Amino acid sequence: MSDTSLENITAQYIDVLAELGNIGAGNATTALASLLQSKVDMKVPQVKLLEFKDVGAILGGEEQEMVGSYLGVEGDITGSILFLVKKDVALHLVTKMMMGYASGDFGEMEQSAFKEISNIITGAYLNALSTMTNMCIYPTVPDLAIDMAGAILSVPAIQFGIYGDNILLIQSQISDEIEIDGFFIMVPDIESYEKILKALGLIS
Amino acid sequence: MVIKVGMADMNVCAGSDSIITMGLGSCVGCVLYDPVSKVSGMVHVMLPDSTSITQNSNKAKFADTGVAELLDRVIASGAVRTRLVAKIAGGAQMFSVNTNSPTLRVGERNVEAVKKKLSELKIRLVAEDTGDTYGRTVEFFPETGEYHIRAIGKELRII
Repeated sequence: MSDTSLENITAQYIDVLAELGNIGAGNATTALASLLQSKVDMKVPQVKLLEFKDVGAILGGEEQEMVGSYLGVEGDITGSILFLVKKDVALHLVTKMMMGYASGDFGEMEQSAFKEISNIITGAYLNALSTMTNMCIYPTVPDLAIDMAGAILSVPAIQFGIYGDNILLIQSQISDEIEIDGFFIMVPDIESYEKILKALGLIS
Repeated sequence: MVIKVGMADMNVCAGSDSIITMGLGSCVGCVLYDPVSKVSGMVHVMLPDSTSITQNSNKAKFADTGVAELLDRVIASGAVRTRLVAKIAGGAQMFSVNTNSPTLRVGERNVEAVKKKLSELKIRLVAEDTGDTYGRTVEFFPETGEYHIRAIGKELRII
């Protein structure tokens, strides 16, 4: 635990996340395209280190209604992942996946479909991390929350809050007919940061 | 005027102004309020205990240091210690996976920690809307002493 405050490892970790974002988003785009059976484009994902007070703004305000999918990470590293999109975007994805059988709101079927989408997307990122580090990493079953952005984000923010006053997120923009702004927040447990950096040869 | 309080932040308020924090999840919005002078303050705490964490310079982040610091701030702004009462909201559990995991039960622990600190400081808790599984936007009006709680798909609740 010597130098493992978030400030000390952040610079290197941001580089790792940027690379992870690129590969992960590439994988996710391919997977989404086959799931939705349509062409899907992707912009270069951005890694952002934000102060807590600025987190709401990037998502369109603390009260913006969003769908968040929360998964635990197990295996050689532990932690959690939150995948977050605006509610209307989530509904668009779900409706497309369900090929017209969606009800237009988030019922049980739609929630289940969105869990599948979030499994695919988070799986794509975790696979990228797994390949980069040669570690065995797998997600737990996701749980959804449909609520205000601030409320959903409080969960990873609190986890980051243990280490500092910032939150690290990957913003990936994918588009099919509409722009899909997806936010991906990975919070490894503190010991896992070290393991990731070690596996990548960034620390000895 | 509406005075905003962000995550891990605090502020004081009086007169016809109101004080608001938006999108509270597992965090707790604690209001201290002097019903006579109307001087009030709100702190948005994220974590229960500053002593278990090394990076603890931001007092507003923790229940123990946040409530104590807010008390100093409202007294400095003219509130009278013996008249102060508290209202709290928030502390939801946003996700239900791994309910045994302490990080996901943090909402409940935040509420407990705020209550413990209030009782240590001998400040009476007069109203609360805590727990459950949804986010809240909370706004306090010093003139009436009303704490307004809004949630998606729910009616306005006043405590």
